[in-house]
Amino acid sequence: MKIGVIGAGVVGALIARELCRYDVEVHLFEREADVAFGISKANSGVIHGCFHERPGTMRARFCVDGNAMYDQLARELDFPFQRIGAHVLAFNRADEETVEQLRAHGEEIGVPGLAIVDRDELRTHEPHVNPHARAALWSPTVGIVEPWDVVIAAVENARDNGLNLHLQTEVTGIDVSAGRVRGIVTERDEFPLDAVVNAAGLYADRIARMAGIDTVQIHPRRGEYLLLDKPAGTLVNSVLFPAPTDNSKGILVLPTVAGNLLLGPTADDLPALAPDASATTATGLAAVVTGARRLVPAVDPRLTIKTFAGVRPEPTNGEFAVGPTPVRGFYQAAGMRSPGLTAAPAIARYLARELAHALNLPEKDAFNPVRRAIPRFSALTADARDALIRNDPRYGRIICRCNEVTEGEIVEAIRRGARTLDGIKFRTRAGFGRCQGGFCTARIIAILARELGMTPEEITVRGKNDHIVVGRVRP
Amino acid sequence: MTAYRTDVVVIGGGAAGLAAAAVAANAGQETLLVERETAPGGVLEQCIHPGFGVHRYNAELTGPEFAARLVDELDTSGAKVLTRRTVLAIDRTTGAVETVGPEGRRTINAQTVVITTGARERPFGALRIPGPRPAGIFTAGLAQKLVNLHNLLPGHRALILGSGDIGLIMARRLHLEGVEVVGVLELKPFPGGLTRNVVQCLDDFGIPLHLSRTVTAVHGTDRLTGVTTAAVDEAGRPIPGTEQEFTVDTLILSVGLIPEAELVNQFVAIDPINRGPRVDSKWQTNVPWLFAAGNGVAVFDLVDVVAAAGAAAGQFAAQFADGDRTSRPEIPLIRGDNVTHLVPTALDPSVATTVHLRVPRPMERAQVRIGNGIVSRRFIGVRPAEMVEMEIPLEAMADLARLPEVKVEVIAV
Repeated sequence: MKIGVIGAGVVGALIARELCRYDVEVHLFEREADVAFGISKANSGVIHGCFHERPGTMRARFCVDGNAMYDQLARELDFPFQRIGAHVLAFNRADEETVEQLRAHGEEIGVPGLAIVDRDELRTHEPHVNPHARAALWSPTVGIVEPWDVVIAAVENARDNGLNLHLQTEVTGIDVSAGRVRGIVTERDEFPLDAVVNAAGLYADRIARMAGIDTVQIHPRRGEYLLLDKPAGTLVNSVLFPAPTDNSKGILVLPTVAGNLLLGPTADDLPALAPDASATTATGLAAVVTGARRLVPAVDPRLTIKTFAGVRPEPTNGEFAVGPTPVRGFYQAAGMRSPGLTAAPAIARYLARELAHALNLPEKDAFNPVRRAIPRFSALTADARDALIRNDPRYGRIICRCNEVTEGEIVEAIRRGARTLDGIKFRTRAGFGRCQGGFCTARIIAILARELGMTPEEITVRGKNDHIVVGRVRP
Repeated sequence: MTAYRTDVVVIGGGAAGLAAAAVAANAGQETLLVERETAPGGVLEQCIHPGFGVHRYNAELTGPEFAARLVDELDTSGAKVLTRRTVLAIDRTTGAVETVGPEGRRTINAQTVVITTGARERPFGALRIPGPRPAGIFTAGLAQKLVNLHNLLPGHRALILGSGDIGLIMARRLHLEGVEVVGVLELKPFPGGLTRNVVQCLDDFGIPLHLSRTVTAVHGTDRLTGVTTAAVDEAGRPIPGTEQEFTVDTLILSVGLIPEAELVNQFVAIDPINRGPRVDSKWQTNVPWLFAAGNGVAVFDLVDVVAAAGAAAGQFAAQFADGDRTSRPEIPLIRGDNVTHLVPTALDPSVATTVHLRVPRPMERAQVRIGNGIVSRRFIGVRPAEMVEMEIPLEAMADLARLPEVKVEVIAV
């Protein structure tokens, strides 16, 4: 039996991993040069408290279940996850009613620990919060991750358990006959398959149409962000939300697991084929600063080290499309807008069980759910560092000084599949610090070229026509 | 795990660190210099253009030549150098310096620590320029490293944002290596770098300089395809209707340097305008055993001055290591009109002191007044790009010491 999963973002990666628990051949297809190179690399990284969701919806159910799964997932897959909680701020009477409604909905769908806190309690927890915030909804189950960590870890673990990963492989057709899926077609190959899972993010509707399904409509919703240097990271202790509008959760202020401060996102609905979906705009960035300063007046945009835009796949009807379809063997996890990252583990478990049931798949005896991350020199004890360096002196050679990333980690990242500058960045944090690659980029290019047997001119940022250098100065 | 014991440890083997270590060793202190690259020299190694050493050596040297002379002086002095070794932390209580290298971890215990860690470049993200994130955007220092040390060409057609020295040098460098340099943009109405660089890097090569202009957007999905620029007003805000497009595949940024103070900024007083540790006449921070000099304190312009600062820090650090623990009441130096960067920020009246400062705008005829005129000097043509240096002689210290604080100001005359 062979199952194909389309899209190596957080949803597809976790589905693929779950499927590897069963005695079946699993193939994960990804059009980009690496996993997590789509939506999963540019979003808030919030594991949501789910109180924004309406009772009775698929979003609510998968969000609550998924949130609860993150502790175990983080332990098994060895990625940083911090349950720091969140405050939804109320500035006026209308806001107070809104957050009370969120609390009530949250309770109804089973969110634990929700409470309304008053101004004093809020300021004890968050000394830098806008003093005009008179109350807040406190949600202790909200957490933060670096979203690409989850994807990279899930794919590594799945590969350890037999996953076949196909990068730079774009699905161009789905083979359907007599009402059932037979396989997929790519530019280079055809893959006969017994089942297919569509987790193609921004392109999920395109993939669905290839199977003759047109009930899914996706358009990009752009969110712009500012990332501030570490001194700003101490301004908040939890994820801060404004009271939500109909349209979005609003512009947040939150710490990252690395200790930076993240501001954003905006929410611009763009036409389906917008070419500049992940470009920031002057008005968008200004709106982020204004929105952030409303929550935390001390936010200083001069500490910005990076701006970026992420895109979420907004389904036209606003709801997840998860489960079987009229085409037998063709399943989807589409329209994975917020809270897609939170819901992903629960969606993966649900879909894998559906497929196992439909295809009568026995469980494997020897599925190993545990994956160990690349040793992070900067986080190790002195003794652990000594042992690491004794075993491999490259772990004593610091390449990225801002984040204390060693050559050993970069070489290991390449061994685990990184072939691009961003692939290194997401696996090791090299180039992610205050100098944003100013000091280390030249070295990383040299290491990539050396380890992969490529020339420096062939090294790219993300595996596209984005070569970092264009040639030699002298031959 | 090995520990070294020494009298003076110097962190960072660029111009300031090399000079500091040589002086400290020559003063009889056992001295150790820690450098993270394979060899010392710092950023000088990639500055292959000449123009260094006019003051210190009465010669026009390239960066590597200047560094080589400092390394010779270091070798002669007997100071020891640890290369390929990165400092991870300095213990604020014990002063122990934690390092790591391929040979493993090493702790260095010294009487005195001198920190000469230089500066980093302001990254593209800090400018908050809207647009996608294509390849082809480099800070000038990274482009310089790629071209001069790695033999790699950043692009074919380039625009430079920022007319500081690094941007000017790279305009010429890229042009000489066959890159089409379409121009240099400068936010301010005056150039950011030394006049000689404007002449020798731009004028001599016909590369246009556009003042009061900046980049307002970048374009291109995978690789940069162009940038939008606009004229700016006195406050640096883009003026609508003045947009101009440039078709380039490379954007080089020379938009400011920031002192690297990460190792100490949790326990040492930092000057918010210099963005480096506050130091006194002796280059001593508010932590008595910690001295700092060079671009890690404030961004300087001439490497000769950086080397001199390092040398002075080395001298005083050696004295401290030797047991001189006397501390005199210091007089705060504060900024008056027309002073941005200022080093030092406190006077030790027992030593003659060189004050280094920058003005925020060009002034044709200026007078620097210290302590309401106790010391003053006239200058012709002071500019933000050229740090002003002024001596406070020992004889003036008695009068200055009577003031609660000493104001440094620059007046147009």
